[in-house]
Formats: sequence, structure tokens, C-alpha cells
Amino acid sequence: MTDTARPPVDDWATDFDHTTSEYAQNAPEIWADLRSRCPVAHSERFGGTWLPVRHEDVVAVARDTEHFSSEGVIVNDYKPVDLAPIGYAPPITSDPPFHQAARRLLLPAFAPKEIDRWEETARATCRELLDELLADGRDVVDAAVEYTQHIPVRVIADMLGVPREDGDKFRTFIHRIIEAPGSAEQEQIAYEDTLDHYLTQVVEARRAAPREEPQDLVDHLLAADLDGQPLSDDHITGTIGLLIIAGIDTTWSAIGASLWHLAQHPDDRRRLVEDPDVMVFAIEELLRAYAPVTMARIVAEDTEIGGCPVNARDWVLLPFPAANLDPEVFEDPHEVVIDRQRNRHLAFGVGIHRCIGSNLARMELRVGLEEWLRRIPDFELAVDDPEQVRWSAGQVRGPRELPVRILATVPHSTTEVR
Amino acid sequence: MRITLDSEACQGHGRCYTLAPDLFDSDDEGYAVLKVDGEVPAGMEEQARLAADNCPEFAITVED
Ligand code: SF4
Repeated sequence: MTDTARPPVDDWATDFDHTTSEYAQNAPEIWADLRSRCPVAHSERFGGTWLPVRHEDVVAVARDTEHFSSEGVIVNDYKPVDLAPIGYAPPITSDPPFHQAARRLLLPAFAPKEIDRWEETARATCRELLDELLADGRDVVDAAVEYTQHIPVRVIADMLGVPREDGDKFRTFIHRIIEAPGSAEQEQIAYEDTLDHYLTQVVEARRAAPREEPQDLVDHLLAADLDGQPLSDDHITGTIGLLIIAGIDTTWSAIGASLWHLAQHPDDRRRLVEDPDVMVFAIEELLRAYAPVTMARIVAEDTEIGGCPVNARDWVLLPFPAANLDPEVFEDPHEVVIDRQRNRHLAFGVGIHRCIGSNLARMELRVGLEEWLRRIPDFELAVDDPEQVRWSAGQVRGPRELPVRILATVPHSTTEVR
Repeated sequence: MRITLDSEACQGHGRCYTLAPDLFDSDDEGYAVLKVDGEVPAGMEEQARLAADNCPEFAITVED
């Protein structure tokens, strides 16, 4: 468990703590409760934090880059000081006008046509993982630990051009930064074991042996320029760090939550197996219902959120998953309607900071589910109570362990590449 | 039926060109490009509606 030494939460409207296991296990119920009595919750924790839960308020804050700065996007005890407009991990931590330039550097690499090129790699990765998972004939496996978490790790490592074995390190960095932000645990870590050190080494190694033609994202960043100047080392390491931190845990959580849902809903499982055309809607519906990411902002100047006055330097959490469950915008929001047609969900955020990896994440989620269902069309949760599945605390939400019982498999030899 | 795309509002979520590939394309950065001019061709009304109802940025409008 990642609970820190903070006192137990007294009232979610006035004292919430999104890093507790209680929040992790009960977030949808907590949001529903807050929506009905206090749609903008406040907590003194982390130096003052706000939590709007209505779709309308979340959208308003996300779009208002004047009053809300992105220089801090993960709520913790240490607020960044005066880093705007560049921030420590551009472009996610950048404010306008720098934000747009930093984002443009990355957009082409994450546009749909570029991401299509990675689909076969992702598919092969999923198949390898499933082969390993099914090799010893167990009927209970951990879909999170043995399957979902490895998919984005390997894809991101390939895109960055670093060894896939570094994936173990990535998972440690991510856990520290997202799940246990600012905890005492972090202060005892040797510099050699930090993300910062890892990134510096990657960049140094690449600079020492430059390649003529950029072959991966690291080369691309080293060769890029902004207004005729090469990017600073801080910019490059910040951006690579961002891709690692933002590209892995999030997608793994989305695939895991989707399998968690499918394990409990045989009708949805069957529908996806029998009618692949429904996948395009199913993906969005699963993203809506189980959106993994909550972003944050720092209030730049005194303003208000949904009528609530907020002060400069306060934190604001932007729980996109809570916005996606707002009955004002979605009919029967707590029901997963696998072919929902009207689905203006915010799983990837909204406004100028829209998740740059959304096309990649969607592809990995689709391929991850397609390949799983192709080999394991029938499965169920291997715990008596779905509540026993542990969800991650903090700003990325997804099942961390997912024991499932395999009820039917399709042998590999009969599975054809589409 | 008429369709309009507010390119200023578009943030490249890609819902439109996935759901309505006959009406939208993506540019090299993932932003939407409208493939038709104003009038939605017969038979594509459903696609147009889907695109409009799924854009998180409210960047697409259809009018009967
Ligand atoms: S769905 Fe909306 S934001 Fe996304 S590409 Fe289309 S118009 Fe742009």
C-alpha cells in the first residue's frame, strides 16, 4: 500500500486525500457523493487542494490557461517555484505561449498515421505476453502484472530506442512519482536510482554516439530546434521523462480496467468477440467509464471554480474520470453501454493540453483487448468480490493486481493476423 | 444537413476522423480536416452526427 503517514480522511468534501487507498478503492462513489453536496471539494492537504467533480467545472479549469498554470501537474507537498512557462516536463508542464511550440515538436510523431506504424509491434508484444502467460497451463493468472503493464512499457521503450529491459526501472520511477508523490520513501533514494539520472545517461550516451538520421524519439529531440536553437538538455530530458511517466501507467491502467470490466460482464465479452465493429465504440466507452488520468493545475491568480473562490498557488485536481460520470452530460453514467453513441468523454483531457499520446493509447488499448480476447475469449475474476482487486492510488487509476480465471482459450496456431 | 468545423477549437482528439472517415481526415499533426464543403452528402448524415456528438471540444456543428 502506498498510504503515507497522513491522518485518515475526515470528510471528503473538506479533507480529501486522493493518495489514500480508500480513495483508490471508492473513487466513483466519492465523486458521486461530492457531486450531490459539494461539487468543488477542498482539502488543506498538500498545501491546499481543490477538487471539482462536475464535467462543466473540469472543462472550464482545463481551458482557462490564464488563471490555471500547468507548471505543476502532479499534486504533492513540494510545489514547483517559478518554472512557467516551460516547466520541468515540456509540454505537459508548459503554459502558453511556450507550450504550443514544445507540443508541435511532438505532435507529428503521435499523429494517427505515425501511430498506425506501431500497431504490428504492439500486436506482436501482446502475443508474446499471452504465449508466456498461457505456457504453463495455469487457469488463474494475473492480467495486470503478467499482461497489461508490459504492453506500454515495451512500446514506449521501442519508440524511445532504449532497451526493453529498462522497463523495470520505468515502473519504479512511475510508482514513486505518481503513486507515492512526495512521500518520505523518496528522500532516501540514491541519485543513481532516480529518473533524472536515468534520463541524463540516455541523453549523454546518445550525444556521444550521434546518428545521421533520427531513428527514434530521442534522436528526434536531439536533432530538433526551437526558433533556430537546439533544445536545452533540461527540455530534452524533461520530455523523455514525460513520455515515460505519462505513456505507461496510464495505458496499462486503461487496459487493466477494461479487462476488469470484461471479466465481470460476459455479454460485453461475447459482443466484442462476435461483433468486432462494436470495438470502436467499446474502446471509448471503457475509456469514459474507467478513465485513468486525473491531471492537476496550480492556480496562477486568484479566481473561482464553479463559484468557489480559489487563491493563487493552490492546487487544483482535474479528475477527468469524475467528469466522465456526470449525469448532466451522460445518460446513465454509471452503466457501461458498450456501444454508446454519444460519448463526449474527457479521458484524454480537454483544451490545449489534450493528451498527446491519445492515439497511441487507443491503439494499445484496442490491440491489447483484441489479442487477449482472441486467445482468451472467456474469463472471469478469480476473487469472490470485485472489491478485492487493488486499484492504484494517486492521479492514475487502474487495477494493480487482476487475478482472472481463464475459462476458454484458443490455441495460438489458429490465430491469424488480420 | 450542413456541417462546420471550428479549427481553432479542435485539439486533435481524433474522434471525428475515426467515426466519420468520409467526412474528416487528419493532418500531419493529428488535427481534423473537413473533407466536404458545408453540405453533408446524402447518406453521411449519421457519420456527421456521430462526429459532432463525440468531439470533446465541441468543435463540430451540424444543422439540419
Ligand atoms: S474530434 Fe474534435 S477535437 Fe478531435 S480531431 Fe475532431 S474536431 Fe478536432
